[in-house]
Amino acid sequence: MDPLLIYSPALQPDLLPTIQEHGYEFTIVSSVEEASVKQPPDGWSGAIISTLDNKETAYELCRFLRETTVEAPIQPLLIIVKPETIKELEVRDNLFDEFLVESQIRIELAARLRHRFWHTGRGTHPDLIEYGDLILNLETYQARIRDRSLDLTYMEYELLKFFSTRPGKVFTREILLSRVWGYDYYGGARTVDVHVRRLRAKLGEEYASYITTVRSVGYRFGTSKWGM
Amino acid sequence: MNRQEDYVLRTVEERGVRFVRLWFTDVLGFLKSFAITPQELENAFSDGMQFDGSAIEGYARQQESDMLAHPDARTFQLLPWRPGDEPVARMFCDILLPDGSPFEGDPRRVLKRALDKAVEAGFSFFAAPELEYFYSKSTTEFEPLDTGGYFDLTPLDAASDLRRQTIYALEAMGILVEYSHHEAAPGQHEIDLRHADALAIADSIMTFRLAVKEVAMESGIHASFMPKPRTEYAGSAMHTHVSLFEGEHNAFFDASDNTGLSKIGKGYIAGLLAHASEMSAVTNQWVNSYKRLSSGHEAPGFVCWGRHNKSALIRVPAVKPGKEHAARIEFRAPDSACNPYLVLALILSAGLRGIEGNYELPPEASDNIHDLTSEERRAVGIKPLPHSLHDAINLFQESEFVAEVLGSHVHEWFLRNKLDEWNAYRSYVTAFETNRYFPIL
Repeated sequence: MDPLLIYSPALQPDLLPTIQEHGYEFTIVSSVEEASVKQPPDGWSGAIISTLDNKETAYELCRFLRETTVEAPIQPLLIIVKPETIKELEVRDNLFDEFLVESQIRIELAARLRHRFWHTGRGTHPDLIEYGDLILNLETYQARIRDRSLDLTYMEYELLKFFSTRPGKVFTREILLSRVWGYDYYGGARTVDVHVRRLRAKLGEEYASYITTVRSVGYRFGTSKWGM
Repeated sequence: MNRQEDYVLRTVEERGVRFVRLWFTDVLGFLKSFAITPQELENAFSDGMQFDGSAIEGYARQQESDMLAHPDARTFQLLPWRPGDEPVARMFCDILLPDGSPFEGDPRRVLKRALDKAVEAGFSFFAAPELEYFYSKSTTEFEPLDTGGYFDLTPLDAASDLRRQTIYALEAMGILVEYSHHEAAPGQHEIDLRHADALAIADSIMTFRLAVKEVAMESGIHASFMPKPRTEYAGSAMHTHVSLFEGEHNAFFDASDNTGLSKIGKGYIAGLLAHASEMSAVTNQWVNSYKRLSSGHEAPGFVCWGRHNKSALIRVPAVKPGKEHAARIEFRAPDSACNPYLVLALILSAGLRGIEGNYELPPEASDNIHDLTSEERRAVGIKPLPHSLHDAINLFQESEFVAEVLGSHVHEWFLRNKLDEWNAYRSYVTAFETNRYFPIL
């Protein structure tokens, strides 16, 4: 999996072992600059940001992750807060997916991470991917959309899986070809268009718009959180 | 086992598939199939399924009849026209010899070989066929299902319902349709597929012909891809749009040229024109195919190209601004009863030869070629396509180009088979003769 971004260096000492224990990879950063420099090629798989030591930097980091990576909003984004700062979250609802209150944090963190990654499929136990009415079962290779089984070919399934584990992010044809096909294919980069069209046809009219064409760039699955 | 094969096994299990049909194609373009149970699948993936190749047209001779059908997991697809509670799936197969090496007489192999050469040259090859066919009320005699004409929309028309059902079935299998409409002749229809890489398109054409027939048969209607079922009606073509891409870039397009064609595009057309007559026995492989080519209408009888010329062998459609990736050429010779693997392999290879050999593009033909006299045509250097299967066989036999693309196995077998067909026709007394001669001679 791609690493989780973790802030701050002085995170409670018992948290890192919890994260390790559950098999999540991570990178610790101490500033927005560092987060930007160390970003992995495929983006962070999620983030855990503690507000306990330095609230300003923590929120700045949340804002950075949410706003400068609009095409691929980072998910899940968990923040850790002190009980007395819960009230402050009211005006910052757009900055995080889930919050944890400092206390009983070990068990809660593990449970929340598992639950959140269940949605994105990028975690350590990616059995199901859910997006809207679409469900992909990675174990049985089955795809269903609102109780209708999709009869996909292997490449269509792989493309849909790639897209739905990275909602909101824009990919060029070349990237899709190398990441999904991963080998020389007779169709070259244009084959991506052909497969996207097939997938849209199989998703059906109502759901065809799950995959949008980004003019002169490539394709995006789903809408970004900001409605773009 | 690779992930694609694992995908197939799991899907078969999850969806309760009872039979998996293994499909392949004989040299004449007929779809062949045998069914296996899910228990055999793993074995089929690892070793291939053995069958007797000597029973398949153009495959093995008696002494080397054992062959293996190895399913291509990428082509796994549930068939939409079987009852849902007992789903049936299909996969296209590559044909192997008992030692596991590819069988050179397999048409799919012929196309893959040609595509490998294109990849080596840095190209990916795309195709989009327009398939025409007839609906008839009877299987044995041609009784057009309707009396419509070109683009007609006829209310309560059984045929348009069939066409719609067919398109649903195709789309459920990932074969996308761009247009469909009533064609010029009564009972004649056209469905145009969206472009895809040539191997996928050849597989799609095989699937298409079966889907059209299956859907029609459910209503007791017979669908036929016979090139020219009746003298006075237009024949059924398979106009084929093709293009080459270098990565995401359409290699045929050049905005700075007044034709919109790049040097590659021009070389490709020149190559296709130069070799079209030698390929004719494959693009138009039946005695009946030449009745379509000889009749005018929109069938090409002459080797020429043009941008606005609907009678030319190769048409270059105008490229709309902003649609440069759609730049393509339309090769109008093939009929829809061809072997699509062999035809696409030849269309591709002829074009590549033109590019590599720097063939010179002859001037564009702007008039309707059929209206010119043969002297006028000779003056501008326009030659006719072969007039009969016999003429086509003679050119085919001599062609070093066709022999190289098809391989000697297919080339030799095809030649023998087509000579047999011609000889059977040569001695057959036709209705033309009895109607014309019996009363007066």
